[in-house]
Amino acid sequence: MSTVQSPEADPTPIVESDGKMLRQVACFAALAYLMFLFFSHIGTELTSAIGGIACSLVAVLLIYRGWSGLGLNRMRSDIVAAGIFIFILGSLTALGRFMESPWSAFFGLVGLEIFLLAVTAGWKEVRKAPPTALFGVGIIFIYIMASCLASIIAPYGEASVVGQTYMPWGSELKDGGIALLGTDQLGRDTLSRLIYGARNTVGVALATTALTFFVGTFLGLMAASLQGIVDQGLSRVVDVLMAIPQLIFALLILTVIGDGVLNMALVIAMLESTRVFRLARAVALNIVVMDYVEAAKLRGESLLSIIWREVLPNATAPLAAEFGLRFCFVFLFIASLSFLGFGFQPPTADWGSMVRESGNLLNFFTMMPSMGITPLVPAFCIALLTVAVNFVVDWFLHKMSGLKE
Amino acid sequence: MSDKNRGQKGDVLLEMKGLRIEGRADEEWIEIVHGVDVTLRRGEVLGLIGESGAGKSTIGLAAMGYARDGCRISGGEIWFDGKELRSASEDERRALRGRRIAYVAQSAAASFNPAHKLIDQYCESPVQHGVSSRAAAEKDAKDLFRRLQLPNPDTIGFRYPHQVSGGQLQRAMTAMAMSCRPDLIIFDEPTTALDVTTQIEVLAAIRDIVEQFNTAAIYITHDLAVVAQMADTIKVLRYGNTVEEGDTRAMLSAPKEKYTSDLLAVRTYKRDERPRPEAEQPLLQVRGVDASYGPVPVLHNVSIDIYKKRTVAVVGESGSGKSTTARVITGLLPPKNGDVTYAGQTLPPDYRQRSKDQLRKLQMIYQMPDTALNPKSRIRDVIGRPANFYLGYSGKQLTERVRELLRLVELEPDQYMNRLTTELSGGQKQRICIARALAADPELIICDEVTSALDQLVAEEILKLLQRMQDELDLSYMFITHDLATVRAIADEVVVMQSGRVVESGPKEEMFTPPHHDYTDLLLSSVPEMDPDWLDRLLEERAELAKQGRVLKAADN
Amino acid sequence: MSKILATIAQRLGLGLVTLFVVTLIIAGMIEALPGDFCQAILGQSATESTVQACRRENGFDQPFVTRYVTWLGNTATLDLGTSLSNKRDVGEFITVRLENTLFLAAFAAIVAVPLALTLGILAALYRYSWYDRFVNVFTLTSISFPEFLVGYIMILLLSVMTSTLEGGSWFPALATVRPETSFADRVHLVFLPAMTLTLVVVAHMMRMTRAAIINLLASPYIEMARLKGIKNSRIIVKHALPNALAPIVNVVAINLAYLIVGVVVVEVVFTYPGLGKSLVDAVKFRDIPVVQASCMIFALTYILLNLTADVLSIVSNPRLLHPR
Repeated sequence: MSTVQSPEADPTPIVESDGKMLRQVACFAALAYLMFLFFSHIGTELTSAIGGIACSLVAVLLIYRGWSGLGLNRMRSDIVAAGIFIFILGSLTALGRFMESPWSAFFGLVGLEIFLLAVTAGWKEVRKAPPTALFGVGIIFIYIMASCLASIIAPYGEASVVGQTYMPWGSELKDGGIALLGTDQLGRDTLSRLIYGARNTVGVALATTALTFFVGTFLGLMAASLQGIVDQGLSRVVDVLMAIPQLIFALLILTVIGDGVLNMALVIAMLESTRVFRLARAVALNIVVMDYVEAAKLRGESLLSIIWREVLPNATAPLAAEFGLRFCFVFLFIASLSFLGFGFQPPTADWGSMVRESGNLLNFFTMMPSMGITPLVPAFCIALLTVAVNFVVDWFLHKMSGLKE
Repeated sequence: MSDKNRGQKGDVLLEMKGLRIEGRADEEWIEIVHGVDVTLRRGEVLGLIGESGAGKSTIGLAAMGYARDGCRISGGEIWFDGKELRSASEDERRALRGRRIAYVAQSAAASFNPAHKLIDQYCESPVQHGVSSRAAAEKDAKDLFRRLQLPNPDTIGFRYPHQVSGGQLQRAMTAMAMSCRPDLIIFDEPTTALDVTTQIEVLAAIRDIVEQFNTAAIYITHDLAVVAQMADTIKVLRYGNTVEEGDTRAMLSAPKEKYTSDLLAVRTYKRDERPRPEAEQPLLQVRGVDASYGPVPVLHNVSIDIYKKRTVAVVGESGSGKSTTARVITGLLPPKNGDVTYAGQTLPPDYRQRSKDQLRKLQMIYQMPDTALNPKSRIRDVIGRPANFYLGYSGKQLTERVRELLRLVELEPDQYMNRLTTELSGGQKQRICIARALAADPELIICDEVTSALDQLVAEEILKLLQRMQDELDLSYMFITHDLATVRAIADEVVVMQSGRVVESGPKEEMFTPPHHDYTDLLLSSVPEMDPDWLDRLLEERAELAKQGRVLKAADN
Repeated sequence: MSKILATIAQRLGLGLVTLFVVTLIIAGMIEALPGDFCQAILGQSATESTVQACRRENGFDQPFVTRYVTWLGNTATLDLGTSLSNKRDVGEFITVRLENTLFLAAFAAIVAVPLALTLGILAALYRYSWYDRFVNVFTLTSISFPEFLVGYIMILLLSVMTSTLEGGSWFPALATVRPETSFADRVHLVFLPAMTLTLVVVAHMMRMTRAAIINLLASPYIEMARLKGIKNSRIIVKHALPNALAPIVNVVAINLAYLIVGVVVVEVVFTYPGLGKSLVDAVKFRDIPVVQASCMIFALTYILLNLTADVLSIVSNPRLLHPR
């Protein structure tokens, strides 16, 4: 070897982990458990049950493959397996509820597995993470589980009236149950609505962000790679869209096309995708001037091949961070709109409108503090998730900037 | 500017003992300088030399008691004129900086504040340190500007940094460092960013001014030939350790360590001469090409012939149009007039209209191996892609081909196949780039400054490798470079370019024997040699020529 | 100097074009209504003849270009039509609302801008200190809070919790100002919404200021100044600030623009009779003339602020100020 040094040590060889047996058992148990849940519905909801069975099969297979591909050591592999067993065993304590909502159980289990795999695989990074980031990761996990398992853990239905209006915290209800956070203006259980609100608000925000991201990234990368007229045209359109404040623009469009969750999501996706477009374009512009892109061009590669092989892999890190940030903005945007009374229609539970509907309770604080802070609870749920995502993104950005040096 | 208790020449001015410096990488502190001793006497110039990563700039800054963000001085003592800087208070250190120890940065363009005029920045140190009044400082500035041979010394100070050329800014920065008549100046690669022809003037100016004021200096550079002109003693550094230290002349004539002699020998590599083949058709012919970026014309009637199995070196300074010529040949910049023919056939001007085979035969290797390789790709994909794309290799066959190519560029396949490109050193990356070009099974390779981003020893290995490939695979090279040592090493023919025109061209032997075109002469004579007397001799020769009415001087001086 | 003027002229031209497109969008929104304007406001039960009469009255028998020009002319002369919900003259009604909003925004800006710039610069100067870490966590938390949460917390802490049995409290929870309210009373009434806005904006502005300054302090000429032995305070004032002007102006403009939007939610929380509240009400009732007028004002302010920032950063660029 003639050159002087190799700065990096040899890549650590992937040792075939010896926790193979347990891994197989865990995956098999998960599959059997899901099959059982879905099969019990086959008489009543045939299509849903068959769909569920198919999804379970695919999901377990993918998880198993990913799991073995990660090359975790024995201990970490065991932790993931343990998580799965605990979930299944835990569900036995309230099997009835789990059997009622097999889809919730399915998403909950898959969410848990992915989370555990991600944390154990990236343990080296996670261990060095600052407390704020760990806090963020934990909170995000709790929210994901709450959203997935909403119909299982919520004591009452999303829209069912269970007692009198505005009952204080901890009141006893007609059916003998207890409304931990009281009831709302129609006599629905606030805690249940809060849990369903997680599913609705977070779910819609996530879907909207995904749409935003897809549109923005696709157009941004295209603009940067093609340049010329396409770039000019798209950039001018985006300039104009960004020249009007987003909230104002959204209200303007909602006046025209009418209210509703879908309209709201589409409008927000359109407006927010302008920001993603800008970022994706800027990132890609820095990449397309690199010599390796020129080399690919001179080799005669097609445009799509260049975007896919050369540009996209180098844009993923900043785009991933942007996804987190964009989620926060979209989430707050949705919360603001629904607080103002747009978007979600009753009786759908969502945090923004819950705040608006219970806002007046604030004045009862001096008489009954718990009742007074009721409107703050959903608002706080919104804030907590945004804080958590922001902390994680901040950590990620810090790591990224550190890598550059 | 009265010298209070300035010591005698020969007294120890600066002494660093067991200096250790750490740098932060990924939340951990890693030692980058491992206990270096430096002793500097008054009026003496010390050359710190080493390749990238040797820690020379860091040591230079440490002489001021300063560590950059993300670095810290973790051990040792720094004695400056009887004061220990590490234990001194920040205020005490600050009082020394600019006043008694000054600094000249590598990039003057970035180190001057864009918001202020040069003269204001000049006067800041003397006025703030209470050395002289503003009026006196201004007068002094004009005087120094004159001594440093800046044009219009009375008015140049009233310009903003972006209104002044690079070579002039570097001299203005030297003047600024001199403003308080410090005891010590740290020169941190002051000429690295400049063209060779501009470098001469700056080197001469720095040397004169340091001599005139009997200032001690630490001169940091990676170029042994440059430091040979400037320094009384030289200290060779490598990976944060001292390799060798000694008197300049002694070290140049009899280096003790192998590393030093390697560094010394770096510009002496020369390939065997080869006879020029009898008149045959050129493989590639650039005929009367004019080209422009938008409305700005950059190439004027450029013609170059490249023959099979020959190396044509295209030489010129930045802005001479040599890289643009490569862009015309590859089809990235279609020419306004003229054309490019390959084996007798005219190539389409735009690369998008060229056939796969035409693209394949003409490959390119870039200056910066860092930006020429996708940081997210694995070596096997980088090299495998052209082999698969052009020649249809796949599966086992492709893997075997990649291994073969890796062995060809002297990298162990098993060790490197699955690595990311970012896990390699600069020289290894450039080898991968060569392998990638070879994977296409080309006939002609354009090498755009392929060695200038590399350390000298590594660069030489790359040149030898390219040479071997040429012999084994019957390749033709177009070698774009600003470095005449490279030309001397591997060229068969030389083309000299200036401001978008070919000023001279011919076989190498002819090019290196006078008489020349003025510009070729300027370029040739400006390359520093490993001889401490070279600069003096050159300046004498030029003065002599000037008397005869031939002025050899870079355009922007 | 001509280069700088040309650049400014170019920016202004671009701003004008944007403004033109924005008016097109706002005027065009009526065209995009499902059914048409008259159908929308009169409802399904309206007879054909009333709808026809309405169309004639509002000039819907004219082509779009004619109507656009008329609308633009009217808007420019503040003849904004009649509100559909309360039949009042929109121009008059909006003017009062606009004054209220401007009062609130100005109040918040006067507190927020100096505060945020000072705290942001301090955080940049004492980077990695405990102060900086605290600021980082605090601002990150604060920008994650929806405006209404901040508003409610304010009400809870400074109004409800300080209220006495006699019904008095430090600050009123509802900012119901009337045209005849005196200045001193206004300040008292608007205090809570203004503080809410301030808190939200300060966090954003501090983070951006800090980032801009840190970026600047990393430049080689700042290191050079340090190596020249210049005092820290002088480095900040003489070397960093002249170059920081452009980024800081940008930060201020972006955040003022943000403030304009943040006003909408805050006004609803405190039922403050401003432009934002009236826009939200108008959108609910599909009161199109009011929506158009309010959107126009918001968009105009936003565009003007951004334009100002652009021009200021051009003017403070030494390369453009002193061409070669």
